Amino acid sequence: MNAPAYNFAYLDEQTKRMIRRAILKAIAIPGYQVPFASREMPMPYGWGTGGVQVTAAILGPQDVLKVIDQGSDDTTNAISIRKFFARTAGVATTTATDEATVIQTRHRIPETALHENQVLVYQVPIPEPLRFLEPRETETRRMHALAEYGLMHVKLYEDIARFGHIATAYAYPVKVNARYVMDPSPTPKFDNPKMDNCPALQLFGAGREKRIYAIPPYTQVVSLDFEDHPFEPYRFNAPCALCAAENSYLDEIVTDDKGGRMFVCSDTDYCESRQAAGHHGSQSAAPYKEKAQGGSHD
Amino acid sequence: MYVAVKGGERAIENAHRLLANARRGDQSVADITLDQISEQLGLAVDRVMSEGSLYDRELAALAIKQARGDLIEAIFLVRAFRATLPRFGASEPVDTGAMRVQRRVSSTFKDIPGGQILGPTFDYTHRLLDPSLAEGFVPEAPATAEASTAPTPRVTDILGRDGLIEPSPQAEDGAGVGDLTREPLNFPANRDLRLQNLARGDEGFLLAMGYSTQRGYGRNHPFAGEIRFGEVEVEFAAEDVGFAVPLGSIELTECQMVNQFKGSATEAPCFTRGYGLAFGQSERKTMSMALVDRALRARELGEEAIAPAQDEEFVMSHSDNVQATGFVEHLKLPHYVDFQSELGLLRKLRKEFAEANAPDAMKEAAE
Amino acid sequence: MIEQDLPDQDVADRDVLETDQPLLIAAGLGKSYGRIAACRDVSFSLYPGEVLAIVGESGSGKSTLLQLLSGQLAASAGHVSYRMRDGVTRDLATLGEAERRFLFRTDWGFVHQDPAQGLRMAVSAGANVGERLMAVGWNHYGRIRDTASDWLTRVEIDVARIDDAPRTYSGGMRQRLQIARNLVTEPRLVFMDEPTGGLDVSVQARLLDLLRSLVAELNLAVVIVTHDLAVARLLSHRVMVMKGGRVIETGLTDQVLDDPREPYTQLLVSSILPP
Ligand SMILES: Nc1ncnc2c1ncn2[C@@H]1O[C@H](COP(=O)(O)OP(=O)(O)OP(=O)(O)O)[C@@H](O)[C@H]1O
Ligand SMILES: [Mg+2]
Ligand SMILES: [Zn+2]
Repeated sequence: MNAPAYNFAYLDEQTKRMIRRAILKAIAIPGYQVPFASREMPMPYGWGTGGVQVTAAILGPQDVLKVIDQGSDDTTNAISIRKFFARTAGVATTTATDEATVIQTRHRIPETALHENQVLVYQVPIPEPLRFLEPRETETRRMHALAEYGLMHVKLYEDIARFGHIATAYAYPVKVNARYVMDPSPTPKFDNPKMDNCPALQLFGAGREKRIYAIPPYTQVVSLDFEDHPFEPYRFNAPCALCAAENSYLDEIVTDDKGGRMFVCSDTDYCESRQAAGHHGSQSAAPYKEKAQGGSHD
Repeated sequence: MYVAVKGGERAIENAHRLLANARRGDQSVADITLDQISEQLGLAVDRVMSEGSLYDRELAALAIKQARGDLIEAIFLVRAFRATLPRFGASEPVDTGAMRVQRRVSSTFKDIPGGQILGPTFDYTHRLLDPSLAEGFVPEAPATAEASTAPTPRVTDILGRDGLIEPSPQAEDGAGVGDLTREPLNFPANRDLRLQNLARGDEGFLLAMGYSTQRGYGRNHPFAGEIRFGEVEVEFAAEDVGFAVPLGSIELTECQMVNQFKGSATEAPCFTRGYGLAFGQSERKTMSMALVDRALRARELGEEAIAPAQDEEFVMSHSDNVQATGFVEHLKLPHYVDFQSELGLLRKLRKEFAEANAPDAMKEAAE
Repeated sequence: MIEQDLPDQDVADRDVLETDQPLLIAAGLGKSYGRIAACRDVSFSLYPGEVLAIVGESGSGKSTLLQLLSGQLAASAGHVSYRMRDGVTRDLATLGEAERRFLFRTDWGFVHQDPAQGLRMAVSAGANVGERLMAVGWNHYGRIRDTASDWLTRVEIDVARIDDAPRTYSGGMRQRLQIARNLVTEPRLVFMDEPTGGLDVSVQARLLDLLRSLVAELNLAVVIVTHDLAVARLLSHRVMVMKGGRVIETGLTDQVLDDPREPYTQLLVSSILPP
C-alpha cells in the first residue's frame, strides 16, 4: 500500500509556491480576491482549510504559531489546527499573542495590538461581500472590476430604513485602500477598527471558495457607512467579569437556567494575562491551568 | 466564581479513542478485511474511487473501513490523500472503443455490432430481500462461452459515420488537460473542466439534477445511446522513452446520451451528445452525469438556459460532496462570537421596538 | 446634483430648436439573427430635449432598434454615437464597459415595459430610487432619502409608501416608480419600450400626462417605442415608422399622423381614432 509521507507543514513545495504567488498578488492588490487552486486538506472544507493552506505556505521552522477560534486558544478546532502544525511542521506554538509570529484565527482579532513582525491569517468561509446580494460569481467579479458598489449601500440603506441604524453585527463590509470592498470574515464589527492601519500583515484564506486576499501592513481599511449614520463599533455595557477589561469583546456565559448571565473576554490570552497582572473582575478566580499530564479535570 | 472551560485537547483525544472503539464494534465479531470490502462491497469501492478521483481499490476499501461505511467521509479521506501525491503528467486518452466489455446496452438500436451484453446487473432482478444471502451463500457458477472476438464499436461512432450526431469536440493541438484540482476554476468553464467536476461530483446530486431535466427543468430529449462497462488500458507517454508505456488496466463505465437538436440557420440538424464516465461500475452516476453534461451545454448549443441543471455556476459550485459536507457540518463549530454580535443587535432592536410601540401613557410615565 | 464627474448641464442649451448639436446619432444601424434581419440601415439624429417615437407593428424591429441604440446589443452593421456630458461625441462601440455602465446609470435611463425588469422588486421604493445616487457616490442617508421622497412625490406616489417594496405596488405605481428611479440622476436621454403597455386605459392616460410634464420640465430627450399611435401623438415631436426592420417613413409627428405618405402608415393611422 502507498504509505503517505508528508512534507514540512504538510503541503508539497510546489503547492506552497503556488499559494505564495497568490499571496503576493493579493498583497499587491489590497482587498482583491485572488483565485487559487485550493487543495484538499485533511480537515473538512469550512473548518479552516483556507487559513491552514495560507499558514502552511508562509510558515518557516523559526516561526512561533498561535491558533485561536472565537478568540480562544482552547476551543477544539483551534487545538486541532495547532496540533496539526505542531506535528507536520514541528514549529513552536504559543498562546501569547505578542510572542507569536504567525497567528491563525477564526472570527476574532486579538485584543493585544499586533506588531510589524506578525502575520494574522484569517479563516474565511464566504469571501465575497456581495454574495448575498448577488449570487453569481461572474457578476460579482464584474462589479468589483468596475468598482460598482452601489448595491452594497442599498443594503445599508435598507437597514437604516427598517431599523433606524445599520443592522450588521459581524462580517461588516469594509473598503480597503479606497478601492476594493472586502469581507473581513465573520469577525464581529467590534474588531473592524483593528484592521485599519495595522502594523501586521493580514492574510485571508478561503479554502472551499478558493480565494486568497490580503491587507498589507499600514493600509487604510474603512468600514462602510453613511455620513449621517457613521460606523459604530459594538460596545458592551459592563466590563469583563474576570479581568475587568473595559474595552474587550465579551462572550456571554449562561450560568444557570434562571436567566443568570455573565460576560467575560472572548480573547482568553488577553484575559488571563490581565488577571495575572493583577486585574480582577467581579467573578474572578485564579485562572485554571490545564495540567500537562493526567489532569483530573476533563 | 467562574472558571472557563478548559481541557479541549484531552476531550479531543478521548473522542478519537471512542470513535476507534465504535468503529471496531463488538470485538467478538470478526474484523472486516479490506479484501472483503473490495470483493463484496465492490460498488461502494467504485463510488469512492470515482468521487475520490483516485483509482486504487485497496485504498478505497481502507477508506470505507476507516469511515465506518460513510461513503462521503471515505471519499474525503481518499481526496485528502490524493492531494499530496506528486503529478507525473496526464495519461494518453483511454480508448473506450477498445474496451473489453463486460456489459453493454443501447436503447437506440435493437442490434448493434458486437451485440448487447447484459453482464452483471441489478436490472430485471426482482427486488425481493433474499434471506439465503444472510450467511454462507454460494452462487451457481456463471454460464460461460468463448470470448467473442467481434469488435464492439461505440454506438455514437456508428451514428457519427453518417453525420447524424455532432462530432465529439476535439481538443486543440497542444492544449493541456485542464485540472480543477491544480488550477483555480473560473466561469465560464470549458467542457473538460465541467466533465471533471461532474466526474468528481456527488452521485446523489447528479441524480437529482439529471432527473430534474427529465421532468422538464431543462429537458433535452435523451436516449441512452450506449452504456458500457469493462476494462481499458491506460498508457502514459513518457517523454524520455518516446512512446506510450502501458501502465495497466482499469475498469470504467461510460455512458453516451444521444440528444435531440433542431439545427440552426448555419448548421444542419443532428443529434447532440451528453457524456458520462466513472471508475468501476457506476451506471447511475454516468447516466446522470451525461444528462447534466448535456444540460450544461445549453448555451453552447443556443438553447435557453433557465433550469438549475443548465446553470453552470449553480451545478459546478454545489456538486462536490466533500465541499458541501464540510460547509454544512462546519455549523457545528463554535460561533459564539458572531452569535454574540447578533444577540446584542437583536436585544437592541427589540428594545427600540418596545420603546417605539409603548403606549403613550407608559412613555410619559417613564419620562 | 451628481457628486461625481458630472458637470452641470448647460441650462442655456435647453431649447430644442436652439440646440444645434445632436445628442444621439444612428448611422446605418443593422442587426441580423441568422437569416432574419431584425433591423436594417437605420439612420437618424436625436437632439437634446427631443422626443422620438418609434412605431410599427409587432415584430417590425422596434425593440431591437432600441437595444442597439442603448448599446445593450452589438450591431451587425453601422454605428451609434452619443455626445457625452463633456461635449465630446463618441462611438458607443469604443466605450469601455465601465464607461458604458456609468453612462447607463447616470446620463441615460431605460424604462422597461415590465417594471419587474427595471426595479429591484424586493428592495424598498426609497432604495430603488436611491440606488443610482449611491452608485455615483452619494453617502448621506438623509439626503438620499429626501431626494427619493421628492421623486416619489413628483411621480405621484404617496411618500408614506417609501419603505414598501414595489412588490406591494400596483402596476401603475410600479411604472411610476421605475420612472423615478431612472430620472433621479437627471439623465439627458431616456429610452422607453412600451412604457404604458399592459396598463389599464385610465392608468395609461395618467402615466402619459405625467411623462409629458416630466419630459418638458427636465428637457429630456426620449426614444420611445410604442405600437400605440395615440401615445406617439401625445408625447413625441417626431415619429419613425418601421416595417420589416426598415424605417419606411419619418417626420414631424403631426405631419406623419395627419398626412401619412406611405400606404402602410396610412393603414396604421386609419386603424386608430383621430385625436
Ligand atoms: N434574440 C433573437 N433571436 C432571433 N430573432 C430575434 C431575436 N430578437 C428579435 N428577433 C426577431 O427580430 C424581429 C424584430 O423583433 P423586435 O423584438 O425588435 O420586434 P418589435 O417591433 O419590438 O415587436 P413587438 O411590438 O412585438 O415588441 C422579429 O422578427 C423577431 O422575431
Ligand atoms: Mg418589442
Ligand atoms: Zn477579561
